[in-house]
Amino acid sequence: MMKRAIVTVVGDDKVGIIAAVSAKLSQFGINILDITQTIMKGDVFVMLALVDITHTEKPFHDIKEELSALGESMRLSIRIQREEIFNSMYKV
Amino acid sequence: MALINQHEILETIRMIDRENLDVRTITMGISLMDCAAADMNALCGRIYDKICTRAKDLVKTGEEIEEEFGIPIVNKRISVTPVAIVAGGTGARDYTPIARALDRAAKEVGVNFIGGFSALVHKGFTESDRALFDSVPAALAETDLVCSSVNVGSTKAGINMDAVLQAGQIIKEAAERTAGSDGIGAAKFVAFCNAVEDNPFMAGAFHGTGEPEVVVNVGVSGPGVVKSALEEVRGEPFDVVAETIKRTAFRITRVGQLVAREASARLGVPFGIVDLSLAPTPAVGDSVAYILTEMGLDMAGAPGTTAALALLNDAVKKGGVMASSHVGGLSGAFIPVSEDAGMIEAATAGALSLEKLEAMTCVCSVGLDMIALPGDTSAETLAAILADEAAIGMINNKTTAVRLIPAPGKKVGDVVEFGGLLGRAPVIAVNSWGCAAFARRGGRVPAPIHSLRN
Repeated sequence: MMKRAIVTVVGDDKVGIIAAVSAKLSQFGINILDITQTIMKGDVFVMLALVDITHTEKPFHDIKEELSALGESMRLSIRIQREEIFNSMYKV
Repeated sequence: MALINQHEILETIRMIDRENLDVRTITMGISLMDCAAADMNALCGRIYDKICTRAKDLVKTGEEIEEEFGIPIVNKRISVTPVAIVAGGTGARDYTPIARALDRAAKEVGVNFIGGFSALVHKGFTESDRALFDSVPAALAETDLVCSSVNVGSTKAGINMDAVLQAGQIIKEAAERTAGSDGIGAAKFVAFCNAVEDNPFMAGAFHGTGEPEVVVNVGVSGPGVVKSALEEVRGEPFDVVAETIKRTAFRITRVGQLVAREASARLGVPFGIVDLSLAPTPAVGDSVAYILTEMGLDMAGAPGTTAALALLNDAVKKGGVMASSHVGGLSGAFIPVSEDAGMIEAATAGALSLEKLEAMTCVCSVGLDMIALPGDTSAETLAAILADEAAIGMINNKTTAVRLIPAPGKKVGDVVEFGGLLGRAPVIAVNSWGCAAFARRGGRVPAPIHSLRN
């Protein structure tokens, strides 16, 4: 069964956020299934990506740490969470 | 249809980050029935080994789930078969070695509490129950992580008033033996009426005799999420308030159900129940009392508090029950005074009296919880307070309990600091009229007429 996760990126808008995040994901062998990006309240960058983590060999812990570190270097909050947490709360 | 629902994802993240949504506890229930032995050392060895074997992956698994799903799981805990049931064969009079074995095992597997130094005496004492009762104050003083509970009454059996008096003495002695830390020993002891067998919350968790070999129970939380949701419907009628709480409780419980299912699968242990409880912490924004004030009260304890709590408690259950395949435990709103910022504030301001708290326990789970009382409160008075609480439980077919801390050397208005999740509490007044002759009468209060339901 496919294991999917949601990557959330929130912070001040700047050049190259999507490029940096997707480059990192591709390094991990993580495929992006869907992506949405918007600017909220004038200047807050919000990107959500649905990704397939079935085939990555990197442990979840390391993926999370490296994404978080990338976020810190770009002054963004980047997190990754299994998709089920979001689905469970809104569907019976 | 888009695969990503931005609104739902951001709302979930907001609940976790800003409104303290978390899973309060994963509690592994472990049967100790097969540990019974005639020799105390053998018994303790078997108990230690069984807990360390069965629960060795509990904390690690909990942390993995936390990390992958991005939802905090605050506590990982263990409940065991009531020790009085397991230890009778030893013929010992002192059960503190068992408490020490439980404490060592809990530390070895890394959980933060272990419950089940317990006895069920609602109808009477076995020899083993007496040994356990006599051992509780020393067990609590000599261990760090062991929690103790006793069941002194039930709707079916009535109230064992000898046990009620001795429970009052235990509370007093447990507090005195830990006087250096404001009587914290008493915070690890609960006396119940209608105790449940699958409660995942401490200090009252134990693994009942009707439970399987090993089981995983999960307790949810999330008062901050409910409070935030109610901020959106300020001034609306109660129908809207109730609907809003139901919707929110559904979401909170779904998270608990997801975590329970994952933990059960990863540990290879059956899933027991999700306990639908709103459990507060002393953190700002994680308070049940602030839900009550959001409904329009200036302070918890104001007239209307009992009605507000009744609505909250009922709506939480209605919303939660649809979200989980098995609901159990205590399931309701908790109102521990020291562990809830809004309750602390109300007690400090004098808005919340012991009597009002007693009224509140009629409509919520569970009882008079984490309340600091003057250090000179007598064992008899503590017992009589417990008798009142047990009577509420017995007559109303619900679980009630007391977890009271007669803080040594403290007077009304002093503040007791427990630290961590146990929080801090202002010492509140106890009605000073005597009740010693009542408490010492002994015997059994008969079961009420409505216990005869067959």
